[in-house]
Amino acid sequence: MNRSRIAAAAAALLVTGLAGATSAVAWEPTKAVEFIVPAGTGGGADQMARVLQGIIQKHELMKQPLVVINKAGGAGAEGFLDMKGSAGNPHKIVITLSNLFTTPLATGVPFKWDEMTPVAMLALDEFVLWVNAKSPYKTAKEYVDAVKDGGAAKFQMGGTGSKQEDQIITAAIEQQTGAKFTYVPYKGGGDVAAQLVGGHVTSSVNNPIEAVSQWRGGELRPLCVFDNQRIPLKEPVADGKSWNDIPTCKESGLDIEYLMLRGIFMPAKATADQVSFYVELFKKVRATPDWQDFMAKGAFNTTFLAGEEYRAWVAKEADRHRALMEKAGFLAK
Amino acid sequence: MDALFSLIHGFGVLADPMNIVYMFVGIFLGVLIGVLPGLGGANGVAILLPLTFSMSPTSAIIMLSSIYWGALFGGAITSILFNIPGEPWSVATTFDGYPLAQQGRAGEALAAAFTGSFLGAFFSTLLLTFLAPLVAKFALQFGPPEFFAVYLLTFCAFVGMGKEPAYKVIAAMMLGFALAAVGLDTVTGQLRMTFGSTELLRGFDFLVAVIGLFGVGEILLTMEEGLAFKGRSARIDLRVVLKVWKDMPKYAWTALRGAIVGAWMGITPGGATPASFMSYGLAKRFSKNGHKFGTGEVEGVIAPETAAHSAGTAALLPMLTLGIPGSPTAAVLLGGLLIWGLQPGPLLFVEQKDFVWGLIASIYLGNIAGLIVVLSTVPLFAAILRIPFSIIAPIILVICAVGAYTVHNALLDIAVMLVFGVLGYLFKKLQYPLAPLVLALVLGDMAESSFRQAMLVSQGSLSVFWSNPLVGSIVTLALLMLVWPLLSAAMASLKRGTPRVASGE
Amino acid sequence: MADRPEDNQHTLSRQVLELFVAGLFILLSLVVMSDNWRIGARWASDGPEAGYFPFYIGLIMLVASTITFLVNLRRTPALAETFVERAPLMQVLWVFIPTAVFVAAISVAGIYVASTLFIAFFMVVLGRYPIWKAIPIAVLVPVVLFMMFEVWFLVPLPKGPLEAALGY
Repeated sequence: MNRSRIAAAAAALLVTGLAGATSAVAWEPTKAVEFIVPAGTGGGADQMARVLQGIIQKHELMKQPLVVINKAGGAGAEGFLDMKGSAGNPHKIVITLSNLFTTPLATGVPFKWDEMTPVAMLALDEFVLWVNAKSPYKTAKEYVDAVKDGGAAKFQMGGTGSKQEDQIITAAIEQQTGAKFTYVPYKGGGDVAAQLVGGHVTSSVNNPIEAVSQWRGGELRPLCVFDNQRIPLKEPVADGKSWNDIPTCKESGLDIEYLMLRGIFMPAKATADQVSFYVELFKKVRATPDWQDFMAKGAFNTTFLAGEEYRAWVAKEADRHRALMEKAGFLAK
Repeated sequence: MDALFSLIHGFGVLADPMNIVYMFVGIFLGVLIGVLPGLGGANGVAILLPLTFSMSPTSAIIMLSSIYWGALFGGAITSILFNIPGEPWSVATTFDGYPLAQQGRAGEALAAAFTGSFLGAFFSTLLLTFLAPLVAKFALQFGPPEFFAVYLLTFCAFVGMGKEPAYKVIAAMMLGFALAAVGLDTVTGQLRMTFGSTELLRGFDFLVAVIGLFGVGEILLTMEEGLAFKGRSARIDLRVVLKVWKDMPKYAWTALRGAIVGAWMGITPGGATPASFMSYGLAKRFSKNGHKFGTGEVEGVIAPETAAHSAGTAALLPMLTLGIPGSPTAAVLLGGLLIWGLQPGPLLFVEQKDFVWGLIASIYLGNIAGLIVVLSTVPLFAAILRIPFSIIAPIILVICAVGAYTVHNALLDIAVMLVFGVLGYLFKKLQYPLAPLVLALVLGDMAESSFRQAMLVSQGSLSVFWSNPLVGSIVTLALLMLVWPLLSAAMASLKRGTPRVASGE
Repeated sequence: MADRPEDNQHTLSRQVLELFVAGLFILLSLVVMSDNWRIGARWASDGPEAGYFPFYIGLIMLVASTITFLVNLRRTPALAETFVERAPLMQVLWVFIPTAVFVAAISVAGIYVASTLFIAFFMVVLGRYPIWKAIPIAVLVPVVLFMMFEVWFLVPLPKGPLEAALGY
């Protein structure tokens, strides 16, 4: 027992020694790292943050604790402003959702993604068009055609929040097809799925994880996924069908692509060493079976990006959001 | 019968002694979290969630739900002793609990609160055991108009109480609504009343306001009367508990009503906080001793506590069967389920029998264990009142500051709390009632957004509130409640044969 | 101490306070109404706009508090009463001012150091405890809080230079 511990310690020394040889001044957190979640407890971003915290703790990937803090005020503006005000503090990271782009545009609160340092993209969250299983629509085209005929009085799209991702997708559908929905904003994705099951709205664009149980329970039906390729998970989920059986919206004649960023940022003025510490950390997280399991459960798109690639992706996405929101008339006056 | 067998199976799952250990650890932590204002059940569970990843899902949820039971029990403690609600749902408990403590009957109030909590939880657990699928269907009936109707009913059951001047009641309530509207409007995504300040983005949190209005305000009032808490002569032995139990049959109706209201609000899901207010309002209206509410009635402690705990327990039902969280804490537990690889929803009861029935069995045991834990601490907590004021007061103020800060991790909130403290002091002295303000602050936002969601769906037509029997009857009931004082006065005068119009106070 | 005549002097009458608070309400309701009028307070085709409810809430508050204000303009015997006697007011201020200082100190020194000083001050100056009795309590409470929040529950509270020096 004792001897093996000493051996392990020696091995650890050796490893750190080797690592030290490769990068002489590798940075490491010297105190607890605050992990800001710009959304409330229980939502998608919060869940992911707590999974990350749990995995890092369980596999001892970091010596200092990771502390999750929710700063949800003003559609997440509170969290991002906190990041903006923490320039040069390496003990703070934030997990983003689309509100990184939408909140400043919709509310006029002064912050921009490039006032932070991009670290890594962990995953992309898919969006799926859902209808109640009791409704007659089997494809996205059938449904959209019905909406065109019926109009906004008869068809409601339920979604999370206002002028955020769900409403942006809804607006994109409207712009492309000429159909008109009544968009009804709710507090959270779980509420939206339940409202759709109860027949209080006629469709939703829930993330897979928010609606999968209702799909399996035979209450909801997925029509199409807003991605450029099908979700690669082929294990049957409900009714003998897998995520892979859901056509892309483009296949059904609805040429809309939307994915939500689940990425990590640091405050501005982070050094390359500090960024690379976190990049390595999240690479280790991605390698754990727990994380892979979580990704499969939520049918996430598992693209990983870091460094310049990630920055370029974010920049492109920011422009796209501005264009989408401008077209939909969601910009703050 | 099926349910009974499954339940017995569930108790079998619990037979693992480690699960029992986790249960007690959870309850202990929960009581602690419940006692500390600001550190709510939701935070508590969220904070400890990552610790449970290495446990089996069954053990993990047993521990986490025990934290939740503990927090539900613990919220009452500071409400009664210091007029500081540890949790949002124990605000209504302060109305009669604190006066009882001032009269030296803190032990009684605590025992009644805990017993009421237990009864409420027990009622909802029975519901969960035998009627889960049926009840889940009922929850799905609730769309925006129905939610609004429920909030309206809560208001109507609650207003018209108190002896304060009517215009002050209205002004205080409107202040609550106005404060609730600060921040981001969820329906349009517009910022309201933030005046360009980034600090106002997060709005005014209910807990920060309540800690200030009740907790700090009370300390200032107490100072005016000299350096002492009243009620230091509290009897602090366990015989108090037996006395309360002996009196329980008298409050059977109140407890049952509270449990039903709570179960309903937990399932739909309106949440524990509105449930506690509604139950208190109903008890005040329908109890023989209703006119004495607010001066220290044991019944006024039992009513909100049964409802809060019943709602808290019932909130698990839509979470397990539908995947909709009935409360913020349930939302975090839901996240936990997903992380452990369990998919809440209609199939959970079929596919994860061990888990579901283990959990339900643990609710029974957890609440019994919780009751034992908290009841045995009654003397301990009542004894806190014997600590000299000049020691306990600064500690309370420090804990208030910690509580106000932890709600949003915002320094400014501590200052906001202090401002609310001064307001609480002035309002108390000038007879502005605090309860309507607080109720409006906690429900205003939700009521407004469900009203506007309903308007979106109905294209701006108010008829949606009578569009089906469910929403129609709730709205009608609410309006009846609103005019009830007038009706009962009219009936009373008819009985006396003197058709005099009841005059205001 | 409280029975010395000059301590029971008239401070402020109830009426002044009533008018002051009602006036604050009126002011606040005007602010609420103006801001919500700005963002739109009409009933649009799809239901109320964002400012609709807050605007009318402001309006009702304005009416109610104006009535309260007017009612209190007439000086009745009850209103002429002193709002709070001088001695009790001093007591209240003896708590309020240190608490305000404590709150201000949190942002500079962190909550733990500020709490220590606050509790010690309260016990020694107001409770007249000897310093050797006050110090243990004043130190112990923040330490327990520190263990509970920072170490156990991993909830960071505001910290100052002392904690930073200790590596937190």
